[in-house]
Amino acid sequence: MKIVVPVKLVPDLVEELVINDQGTGLDPMWLRYKLNELDEHAIEQAVLLKERAGAHVTVIALDIDGADDALFTASAKGVDQLVKLCGDFEQGLNNHALAGLIAKLLRQAPADLVLTGVQAHNDLDGALGALLAGFLKLPYVGYVSGVSLSNDSALVRKEYPGGLMAEIEVSLPAVLGIQAAERPLSYIAFSRIRQAMKTATLKEQFLPQVPPAVQVVGRMYKSESGARAMMLQGDVDTVAARLVEIFREAGVL
Amino acid sequence: MNQDIFILIEHLRGQVADISYVMLAAGRALAHAADGRVTAILLGHNSQALANELTADQVWYMDHPSLADFNPEIYQQALEPLLTQHAPRLMLFGDTSIGAEVAGPLSSRLGLPLVSYCRSISTQDGTLKFVSQVCGGKILFEGELPGPTALATMMPGVYKPEAGHSAQPPHITLLEAPAFTEPRLRLRRYIEPEIGDVDISKEAMLVAVGRGIQNEDNLQLAQELADALGGVVCSSRPVVDQGWLPASRLVGKSGKHVKPKLYLALGISGAPEHVEAIADAEMIVAVNSDPDAPIFNLAKYGSTLDLFELVPVLTEQLQQISSAVAH
Repeated sequence: MKIVVPVKLVPDLVEELVINDQGTGLDPMWLRYKLNELDEHAIEQAVLLKERAGAHVTVIALDIDGADDALFTASAKGVDQLVKLCGDFEQGLNNHALAGLIAKLLRQAPADLVLTGVQAHNDLDGALGALLAGFLKLPYVGYVSGVSLSNDSALVRKEYPGGLMAEIEVSLPAVLGIQAAERPLSYIAFSRIRQAMKTATLKEQFLPQVPPAVQVVGRMYKSESGARAMMLQGDVDTVAARLVEIFREAGVL
Repeated sequence: MNQDIFILIEHLRGQVADISYVMLAAGRALAHAADGRVTAILLGHNSQALANELTADQVWYMDHPSLADFNPEIYQQALEPLLTQHAPRLMLFGDTSIGAEVAGPLSSRLGLPLVSYCRSISTQDGTLKFVSQVCGGKILFEGELPGPTALATMMPGVYKPEAGHSAQPPHITLLEAPAFTEPRLRLRRYIEPEIGDVDISKEAMLVAVGRGIQNEDNLQLAQELADALGGVVCSSRPVVDQGWLPASRLVGKSGKHVKPKLYLALGISGAPEHVEAIADAEMIVAVNSDPDAPIFNLAKYGSTLDLFELVPVLTEQLQQISSAVAH
């Protein structure tokens, strides 16, 4: 069973987000990238499937800041193969372009199952997994929080609103958009990551940039709504007392 | 250029989802300004009655046993010919576990541009514009929807679902279903939500914790505050994914929508998937050390104090009031 997990590095939202001078995107000078959290869940789920029934797991990432850390951490978790897509990606790639590149790779080396986070916070042009499934003409189920495998199919649990779930049987090969792994994300000690840096093989795959079919262009700006919260000032005792007053006035107390 | 707008109506087990009415409200506002028609597309089996309250210039209804439950492959087979034959200016889908699953593959298969996390659409000087919310709600992106046909997945927040309800049933056209090929995925069964000890959607006082609570032991602080308020603890996604609270306490896209009198959000950033589920709260108070946290765009009151310092003091003050009242 070959499982491939394409992942995205996304701006770390803990850092301040600075818009570039043209107003067209985020200023890369101020960005720190981290692995998309739902892709972490996809890696965790892939490793869990490998532990249960044996599988070969490959993680693919674009060669941008943070990619090596993400890939070696994945290796420390038990991923078998690391692939870094290299090329002229300085301008960034939207998801259509990234999905196109990964589809090209997977046509040459098909996978039985592709797992990817169901969404990332910077998915302006659609989620990677759904686009990839379209390019590959494979079935796609998103919002998946449980997967079990047999030889030629996967039984997945898909989330709907209100806590409702659906159990869906999908013929393989297929693409799944992971909402949550079946276990909490595992913490990997830095010593194991350091070990992986020494022992893991990171394959660099050079690819020409595939221009997206249509670029979505526009203006980016900070979300500062007019209706913003009244921020309570003062020390802890003052703010707590003010909250008690507010609760009284609102009829909560 | 054709200015018509198509909207995929989302429904599940006999209920039209609120996001459908949100999209209809958006389409209604846009079509009048853009001189186009709004066509609601309803795919189902014995489901025609679901069209009765849809605000649209027309409803196209396709009935087939294969459409009895949502199946993205069947939906794609139904919609592809409609998109290619009619080439609407825009087709709206929910940014949901139904809409996003159809829009993405359609976009890549048909080569149609797709915009996601869309909050609003408008027409300005004859061009169709959108505003999307990305980066956890911290950043807005405003652009022009590429022509001649664009797809967009829509989030709630700007348009009220009430504006998408119609008092009069719309005109319905029956569409002939294509000869569907056997899908490669099949619904086996639905799994009902677990019934927890409380139903948070019915609680008046909610103390909600997010990633900022940091670890399971700190939940005790939130529980003591909830006890002092006569409320219940709930959470955003990361807390449930860690297994610190059961799924029955999840507030968000895949969890419960709540409408309490008070929603006290502790260490919650306010990502769109969470805030869509608390929009009906009477009062939201947020405590988050990040002054740019999007939760402050929705909350009525906020504080950037350390929640681990503020919460115990607040709890103590509330407990003193309760004691004073009891005596």
